[in-house]
Amino acid sequence: MSQAILEEITKDQLIEDRADFKVGDGVRVHLKVKEGEKTRIQIFQGIVICRKGGGLQETFTVRRIASGVGVEKVFPVHSPTIEKVEVDRESITMRARMYYMRDRIGKAANQVKEKRLVEAGR
Amino acid sequence: MTQVFDEENRLVPVTVIEAGPCPVTQVKSMEKDGYDAVQIGYRPQKQQRLSKAALGHFKKAGVEPVAELQEFRTNGDSEFNIGDVLTVEKFEAGQKIDVIGTSKGRGFQGVVKRYGFAGGPASHGSMFHRRGGSYGMCQWPGHVIKGKKMPGHMGDVRRTVQNLQIIKVVAEKNLILIKGSIPGSRGSLVTVRTAVKNKASKA
Repeated sequence: MSQAILEEITKDQLIEDRADFKVGDGVRVHLKVKEGEKTRIQIFQGIVICRKGGGLQETFTVRRIASGVGVEKVFPVHSPTIEKVEVDRESITMRARMYYMRDRIGKAANQVKEKRLVEAGR
Repeated sequence: MTQVFDEENRLVPVTVIEAGPCPVTQVKSMEKDGYDAVQIGYRPQKQQRLSKAALGHFKKAGVEPVAELQEFRTNGDSEFNIGDVLTVEKFEAGQKIDVIGTSKGRGFQGVVKRYGFAGGPASHGSMFHRRGGSYGMCQWPGHVIKGKKMPGHMGDVRRTVQNLQIIKVVAEKNLILIKGSIPGSRGSLVTVRTAVKNKASKA
């Protein structure tokens, strides 16, 4: 019963359209950044390597290679500071958590099995 | 516990507490009882689950039978009357409160878990692993000093957590959301009061 109360409380903070990206997808995360009075949009582009947790506590990890260094950012899925999550390439993965991407270097670091290429038979 | 986003979009950890409705069942006074206090109840209870003495007490106060009773000391000129119902509306978001509860019982524990002792080396012929070390001196003083930290029962004691912040009050469901954790397991009974040592919050 207590679990139902917790779900009830967090229900109205959930953002509905955050379900449509999955592990392996290349995404552009539009973040609202506050600078003094103004807010602007900052984009973090990379590959989703992990989605974990449930309900309001669900998070996802985006990895990218920035100036030759691997950078990972963890976002709460339902964070109001995220304006939107744009999927720019879908992919097929064999794992729920793509931590093996951390060991990859060079060209392979950004390579995933792209869905459009697999479907085209390549 | 769960997490919610606050006004500044930060994800804060919260504990959800059901507070009230609490009917006032008795007002104790200096003249009659020797001290000033207010007795409140919580959680409605079926009549057959209570003793006749308890039922008589509720009948006298004219309130519905409740499972739990607790007294709070007042300073005499109390604004409470028998039959009043205290609800979460007494609290507001941003207010500092103290929460009193019984911590989770851990059973009989050694000094490493109970007091955070370091213990000894695991290997290299060490025969000293999770022991507490020396318990005292020699023929003088001839006894172990009082309060020496030793293995024993851990947890299941009354604990107060001071100055917790209220994040949100959900009046229609009698819930308050408190930042951080509180003593005890899920569903256990706790006491919530306004903070006694609340420093004026910085502007």
